[in-house]
Amino acid sequence: MNSLQSYLLLSSLLFSIGLAGALTRRNAILVLIGIELMLNAANLNFIAFWRFGPAPAALTGVMFAIFSISVAAAEAAVGLAIILAAYRHSKTTDLDQMNSLKG
Amino acid sequence: MTIAFIILAVITVAGTAAAMGMRNAVHCVLALTVGFAGVAAIYLQLDAQFVGLTQIMVYVGAVAILAVFAIMMTHSPSPTKPPTYSSYWLMGSIVAAAVFAVLAWAVVSSGAHTQSLPSEPTVSVQQIGDALMHRFVLPLEIMGLLLTAALIGAVVIAMDHNEEIK
Repeated sequence: MNSLQSYLLLSSLLFSIGLAGALTRRNAILVLIGIELMLNAANLNFIAFWRFGPAPAALTGVMFAIFSISVAAAEAAVGLAIILAAYRHSKTTDLDQMNSLKG
Repeated sequence: MTIAFIILAVITVAGTAAAMGMRNAVHCVLALTVGFAGVAAIYLQLDAQFVGLTQIMVYVGAVAILAVFAIMMTHSPSPTKPPTYSSYWLMGSIVAAAVFAVLAWAVVSSGAHTQSLPSEPTVSVQQIGDALMHRFVLPLEIMGLLLTAALIGAVVIAMDHNEEIK
């Protein structure tokens, strides 16, 4: 018998893995992927609370997850485009070397 | 906990941990697809079929491919391999571990384990479409506008502006 607790623990573990990646990686693309992982953990929470909630017929959790996935897709497209533009400018995706806002 | 949930959780955590830990960026994205597919399987296990298939299409199909393309376009063959982790890796790991400790403490002490699984909801794609077109039609339209703006913005940002001058 699965409990809500196990899903919440799994999603907090996923969130922490994404946070660790976003804080420790040097490659800007992998930092963006870490942020995507954190969004995924939030979606897992939405679905788990919807499934264990009192009114699953209202579909609120499913709708939240669908819209959240759409926003994450838009965010990934814009984020990768920004990384490409920054790479074209500074010839690196290493975040420790990208320390100047001025061109 | 059922066997299926344990297997899926192990696959998901292993895939995402490998995605955040490996040296080669392309290998990281390949491991990431395993993690995303594991999350999609957990959605399917939670009777959210539509969200699970959306997860496979959007994350495994689109976001991972986009990330692979970005990695290949920004790959610089440098003779000295740069270090994988930033100089603040120890502090970052400590912060992430502390966040997990706080979240896990909150979840364990919340009494969520007393919540029992309700009977399986009957959710058809038709119901989801009805909800999208009636109750959630305004968010749907705003989402369409956001996706259009993001797509145009991504093209404009990633465009090589030097070529126009030539």
